[in-house]
Amino acid sequence: MAETNGSDTVTVYIDDEPVVVPKGITMIEAAEHVGKEIPHYCYHQKLSVVGNCRMCLVELGWPMKDRATGEPILEEDGSPKIGWGGKPGIACNQPVAEGIRMRTDSDLVRDCRHGVMEFLLVNHPLDCPICDQAGECKLQEYATEYGRGYSRFIEEKNPKPKRTVLGPRVILDDERCILCSRCVRFMQEIPGDDVLGFIDHGSYSTLTCYPGRELDSNYSLNTVDICPVGALTSRDFRFQMRVWFLKPVDSICTESSVGANTQVWAREGKIYRITPRQNDAVNDTWMTDSGRDLYKQVEAEDRLTTPFVRGIEATPVQALRETERLLRPSERVAVVASTHSSVEEQYFLRRIADRTGAQRYAVRHWGEEDGLLLSADRTPNTRGALLTGLLDELPKPDLRELGAAIDRGEIDTVLCIHEDPLACGLTVEQVRKVAWVRMATHASPADEHAFIALPSLTVFERSGTFINQQFRLQKFRAVVPGPAGLLTDLQQLASLNSLLEDGPVASVQPDHAWKELSAEPGPFAGLRFRTLPSEGVALDPGEHARHPFPERQSLKYEADSFLASLPAATTAS
Amino acid sequence: MPHPKERRLLLSHADEPGYTGSYEDYTARGGYKTLEAAIRREPAEIKKEVLDANIRGRGGALFPAGRKWGFLDPNSDKPVYLICNADESEPGTFKDRQLIHKDPHQLIEGMMISAYATGTKLAFIYIRGEMFGGARILEEAIEKARANNLVGENILGSGYSCDLIVHRGAGSYICGEETGLIESLEGKRPYPRLKPPFFPAAKGLYMCPTIVNNVETLCQVKHAVELGGKEYAKIGVPNCTGTRIWSLSGHVNNPGYFEVEGGAYTFGDLIYDMGGGLREGRSLLGFIPGGSSTKVIKYDQRYRGKLQDGTEVDWGVEDIPLDCDGCNYFGSSSGSAAVMVMDDTTDVVMALANLNAFYAHESCGQCTPCREGSLWLKKITHRMIAGEAREEDADLLKSIADQVEGRTICAHGEAVAWPVQGFILRFRDEFIDYARRQARERAAREQETTAAVA
Repeated sequence: MAETNGSDTVTVYIDDEPVVVPKGITMIEAAEHVGKEIPHYCYHQKLSVVGNCRMCLVELGWPMKDRATGEPILEEDGSPKIGWGGKPGIACNQPVAEGIRMRTDSDLVRDCRHGVMEFLLVNHPLDCPICDQAGECKLQEYATEYGRGYSRFIEEKNPKPKRTVLGPRVILDDERCILCSRCVRFMQEIPGDDVLGFIDHGSYSTLTCYPGRELDSNYSLNTVDICPVGALTSRDFRFQMRVWFLKPVDSICTESSVGANTQVWAREGKIYRITPRQNDAVNDTWMTDSGRDLYKQVEAEDRLTTPFVRGIEATPVQALRETERLLRPSERVAVVASTHSSVEEQYFLRRIADRTGAQRYAVRHWGEEDGLLLSADRTPNTRGALLTGLLDELPKPDLRELGAAIDRGEIDTVLCIHEDPLACGLTVEQVRKVAWVRMATHASPADEHAFIALPSLTVFERSGTFINQQFRLQKFRAVVPGPAGLLTDLQQLASLNSLLEDGPVASVQPDHAWKELSAEPGPFAGLRFRTLPSEGVALDPGEHARHPFPERQSLKYEADSFLASLPAATTAS
Repeated sequence: MPHPKERRLLLSHADEPGYTGSYEDYTARGGYKTLEAAIRREPAEIKKEVLDANIRGRGGALFPAGRKWGFLDPNSDKPVYLICNADESEPGTFKDRQLIHKDPHQLIEGMMISAYATGTKLAFIYIRGEMFGGARILEEAIEKARANNLVGENILGSGYSCDLIVHRGAGSYICGEETGLIESLEGKRPYPRLKPPFFPAAKGLYMCPTIVNNVETLCQVKHAVELGGKEYAKIGVPNCTGTRIWSLSGHVNNPGYFEVEGGAYTFGDLIYDMGGGLREGRSLLGFIPGGSSTKVIKYDQRYRGKLQDGTEVDWGVEDIPLDCDGCNYFGSSSGSAAVMVMDDTTDVVMALANLNAFYAHESCGQCTPCREGSLWLKKITHRMIAGEAREEDADLLKSIADQVEGRTICAHGEAVAWPVQGFILRFRDEFIDYARRQARERAAREQETTAAVA
């Protein structure tokens, strides 16, 4: 018997292999530690355990103890005698304990899995050819891996409601439902909206919404993600593309400063869906419904695809050179920074601002917080603007100060990133008074008054990093190429900077920025884009933690306890 | 009138001419004297009496009530709840109904004694939805008891207070499973809970320590405390102290309920004497001994060998004692003591189809094997009785039942599987013959049709 080291771990035996695992987890998680999958449907690591699918039945054994003395009973060879339960047990509900044994591949366990798979399929419509879940369906996977391979069922299947519209984004096929209750528990336990439930009983149990309600939570699509079968499907993604054609790329949700980790699924330059990517420090396995819609900006009709200089089409390089020509001689430059820009872009914009002696402005985009994954700051990278030194205070509610400065004649050239000046409190006259250079992904009414328009790329077309509300540096990668011929924001800003510095213009990737960022002492020291782990890195916010940020609470963030968790020196005001 | 072989303890007044079960009738026969005496004693003493009495749970699981009470954590600072399980709905079982209808105050007295012993401040009677008459009787009886200071605040001036609430279920068999009952009482779907992590005695109703006992068990408590635990245990045999009320139904001349001293008589006595035997010219095919979920016992079964206590026996089915464990030697269980007798005219496939229909209807739908298995079993047996039986159906039924048993959260999985396993084990040949006969009939019909066309 292996020695138990320390008090936080126990040794369990999985198929006779000793495994040291942390206390407090369950046997299904212990198996995961050694890369063994115990098949399961209802168990989900972020939801309560109900143990109803019975797919994770295994044989469990405990070291026997003498009832009278409490001493362990030993076999003749000195090994502990194991009491195997008379019945199989579910691994998802069995906490690890010292010396506990689990058989995951015995005849009994195989028979249990055969049985459960057979039962799950008797009333299942077997309509994989027209089912969106095909290819990522646990029923398919486990039927292949653990099923008998044939059916003994010759009776009629139960008819149940088809194509039930549960809400604005989710549709339900009750015949495919295996009643695992993941969706019910998710709605109860995460958004706290107890809107789903079962009616009727036995094999006729049917998932439905509470009478008079619909599944309209901004988290409803998570039920589609966790549905192990094709019962719940997304109305947006339904029938659009076979999942095996899609390639997922790691990204970050730009909806708010939560920075939910995502995967963006694309095929041949077209994005089809966004799903959450697990990050236990940020979003667990969830994301908002509204965040999943953001990919639609890529193909929006008002996308800017051509650079303009004084209303005339130009190449990106021409437009940049024109911008340089505007900025270089001016001593009255302003930059309007964006908290939607990546850390790398913000870094180069800071360099440009430094060089041109520009006044710096930024606009905040705040909204209501939902306490989960939608925070008050509706931009992904306010912290980045602070930590790169681009801004030294939080963005203002609008650009009226810039307007006043323009009116006073203190500004003659504005380099504006992403923002729409007319929506931020400026008037057309104010925009027209200066040489306005606007770098943006989408058209705005202000563009017709702009001097130069520099089309930029969406988050799905570029790579970089954001710093979320927890000062966690997280990276995102380009999923699809941008419109033909366009340069990335990073490339444009870095090139502009090079032009202003009379340096060489070369291809710039995020790590070019990181080479310089990480060389300075501070929160970025020693970091590289390429080696940044997918779950991100918590940065030391230093003095920047003291800004009056609007976020109070989300799933993994609570403002006061976050501040309290920082070293005292950085929080002392 | 009680049969001479009966020993009536719980039903001693039930069928007495003129006895209405009213408060006045009950107290005139010494009712509530046991509570009065018990409430002056230490709760631990009462607990000890019940432990000594070794009352085995009459709901069907036969777990000793005293030991169940012993699982309560004495150091817990949470309120304790006592729940009377009056969700009697196992087909064939009708004993609790008699106790509720004919002597409700006996149950109330048993409950208040049990409540006092377990430190309960609020007790419930969870009664099956269909038993609205019983619910009304209990509610009226509780009002009467409350008016006489036997329920409620400061009972009989002892300083002990406990209220008693009747809660009607909505008519679902699974609400008789104790954790399903607790969920239902909390206002949720009666999905039985996972055990472990905890059992109701640790975390039950509202996650507080909870004791759930059957109606008959709680009535037995009254008598155990009245007689004293050790004295009570002298009634009956060690594995089955006190009396048991047997519900007898099916192909007998005199069906009904019979309260018999534990182990004093046999199934032969019950069927042929108390039950008046089978109808003229019929012989015994078998019987289901403990409610419809227990496995059928066939007339020709024998048990030769040792009992648990070492006694050598050679029993036929008529020799099985009316106790708690006798049926175990025949591969079954005395469960809720509901005996359903089948004579040789019984269509076994039809009988099993009927049972399958019940258990499929009552599966809560939580666990896969029970939910899907029960309905599949029902569909097969219904196809069989509809004339489409196949020879392989017998083994298929058994195989499906084997895939359900022992693999579910609660014992409903066993309730689904055992009848099938029992019937196929004892009557496999009959099931196969049934299919062959249908095949022959089909062939004959086809020949007729062909001949007619030609």
